[in-house]
Amino acid sequence: MTFFSHLRKAAIATAFVLGATAVHAEEQYFPLQSYRVGPYAAGGTGFFGGFIDYLNLINIRDGGVNGVKLAWSEGETQYEVEKGVEVYERLKSNPGIAAWNPLSVGIAYAMIDRITDDKVPLITINHGRTDTTDGRVFPYVFPLLLNPYSETSGIVNYIASKEGGLDKLKGKNIVVLYHGSPYGKETIPIYELLSQKYGFELSQIEVPHPGNEQQAQWLTIRREHPDYVVLRGWGVMNPVALKTAQKTGFPADHIIGNVWSNSEEDVIPAGDAAKGYTAITTQASGERYPVVQEIVKTVYGDGKGNLEDKSRIGSVYHNLGIVNGILNVEAVRIAQAKFGNRTLTGDEVRWGFEHLKLDPARVEALGAKDLFHSINVSWDNHEGDGYVTFQQWDGKKWNVVSDWIAPDWKLLRPIIEKSSEAYAKEKGIKIRTAEDADAVVSN
Amino acid sequence: MSYYDFLFVIEVLVGGLLSGVMYSLVAIGFVLIYKTSGVLNFAQGSMVLFAALTFVSLVERRVPFALSLLITFAVMVALGFTIERTVLRPLVNRSPMTLFMATLGLSYIIEGAAQLIWGTQVHGLDLGIDDTPFEVGGVLISSFDLLAAAIAAAMVAGLSAFFYWTRIGLAFRAVADDQFAALAVGLRLPRIWGTVWTAAGFVALVAGLLWGARLGVQFSLSLIVLKALPVLVLGGFDSILGAIVGGLIIGASEKLAEVYLGPFVGGGIEGWFAYALALVVLLVRPSGLFGQKTVERV
Repeated sequence: MTFFSHLRKAAIATAFVLGATAVHAEEQYFPLQSYRVGPYAAGGTGFFGGFIDYLNLINIRDGGVNGVKLAWSEGETQYEVEKGVEVYERLKSNPGIAAWNPLSVGIAYAMIDRITDDKVPLITINHGRTDTTDGRVFPYVFPLLLNPYSETSGIVNYIASKEGGLDKLKGKNIVVLYHGSPYGKETIPIYELLSQKYGFELSQIEVPHPGNEQQAQWLTIRREHPDYVVLRGWGVMNPVALKTAQKTGFPADHIIGNVWSNSEEDVIPAGDAAKGYTAITTQASGERYPVVQEIVKTVYGDGKGNLEDKSRIGSVYHNLGIVNGILNVEAVRIAQAKFGNRTLTGDEVRWGFEHLKLDPARVEALGAKDLFHSINVSWDNHEGDGYVTFQQWDGKKWNVVSDWIAPDWKLLRPIIEKSSEAYAKEKGIKIRTAEDADAVVSN
Repeated sequence: MSYYDFLFVIEVLVGGLLSGVMYSLVAIGFVLIYKTSGVLNFAQGSMVLFAALTFVSLVERRVPFALSLLITFAVMVALGFTIERTVLRPLVNRSPMTLFMATLGLSYIIEGAAQLIWGTQVHGLDLGIDDTPFEVGGVLISSFDLLAAAIAAAMVAGLSAFFYWTRIGLAFRAVADDQFAALAVGLRLPRIWGTVWTAAGFVALVAGLLWGARLGVQFSLSLIVLKALPVLVLGGFDSILGAIVGGLIIGASEKLAEVYLGPFVGGGIEGWFAYALALVVLLVRPSGLFGQKTVERV
């Protein structure tokens, strides 16, 4: 019964929180600002479920990372910034914190100054402030795999590949339908830049939060007759966009979703209107990857699986959580190779993230071949040049419909540096050097 | 203006009017309770969520459609009477602000209970209504929205018949006119309130199904109250006719504003435009276009 399983989960979560202060000497601790209730609970349960499933796999299968057990506890944020900060304040005194992973732009923004003072990494996989990619200015923030600018470039490159090359974009008409929030507006200048560079016509249309009514926007789109609509949505805005597109006669297979419009939760409520819809992703969905199968066998087989509904194993958010788990664990492993197989400080784990290089061969060895491509983080590039792929919804599941595509990082880097340097100037932050990055606080 | 532009204006207008009917659906639930008890029931959005989530969860458990509808209605009746018994009755004669705060608290309790019982997953809701648009004289019209408008009209007609031609309806109108006079002639206020909350629960069920089919059944369903509030301010809190007319005006004007004014101010204005319009009406007619003017002895 759902009710009783909720009670059981609440009891387990409470036990974790109460027991969190008792982290043992050789344990690496992950404080989780999760959201399992509230408007975005579906995404939260999937992502944090996948993350915890991977940490559990490492503990059960390997006995931890080189003998150092992984520990975690959860605090409910309901995706609200003030609750996220409250959970941060409550959990930050626990020993052996490896990294924070809030999966929330708002909470991440509120934590940047705090975690910088604490010298503990803040992971914002696939989201967050784009200029935190510049590790010279943001030493502790890591928008791993994909920042919003790279996402924009990846989407434009994909559309170009469908049209037969970047030169074929000239004269095409693209509409970007974006969520009326700082998150939604972040990519406005990059779409304008790419429009000028490649010569396509561009309209950017805002949908006010939460996006449960879009008739006016889609009628405007219909009038413009665009070749493609890029959906930069969030939450309820996504299925409503797909349904309203159908209502106004715009074909779903010419709508390209961004990375927060790419989950099952975005398409299932739209029903048949979502068939043919395509979205960008950094990690493929499905259960066929060895690491996912190991989780099913070892973690769920042991009765320790985190997802209540097992049909969600391999879903977009669950697999994103697993990939996030891989990146966190490998950063710890890399840092251990330098500092020793023991509980590391946050700054040592930061060093690990800044040397997080997983090439396709290493990704395959981790059981994640084709789940995600690779990552190559450095002290000044905290995104790590993640590749993207595109998946299409067939009414029941996502199917990958492209190769791994590289965003135009060279084009984007000067813009990112300009923004981060302005931030550094405003805040009086000294620009780091490679030598600064190698100086690590070990106690 | 070219013929094509003219058609486009008509299309935006028709789309807005049909959206407005959907707002009215939610607003009517508010009106029913406000009319009889003077309470602005902030929990109406949560009731919409609760009804839709209960219905879709039953359907997903292979309970037949009609039986799911019946069970959900029974649940909403039970919820209505429970609220009357445990929240409203103990707060009789308290200030409107106290009652409003009680419904605010109730809203969070219902939302929490809905998620606790049925989980937090997002659900699709297929009512079997085709949503491919059809064209009338060059104007695209959504068949789903048109059917939703017909259902809303039927519901208003049904509620009107209930309140005008039944004994309980007569009692309802008496209470709406003057609670103390109604009590003095022996009407049982708790029973009437219970019935009204049941009617509001029924409205929530209909709104939940139609909005759920539009948005998917998910937590955000409770946020549709934000669309109903300007409708109530504009139409009047105690008028069903006001809720209908207010919904149509808000729906049409916000869509026209978004399309024709939006581009000059950066777009995304329909969220606040409805409230700006309601504010203007509030300044001119504080009780709304169709609300009863309150006359008090000072």
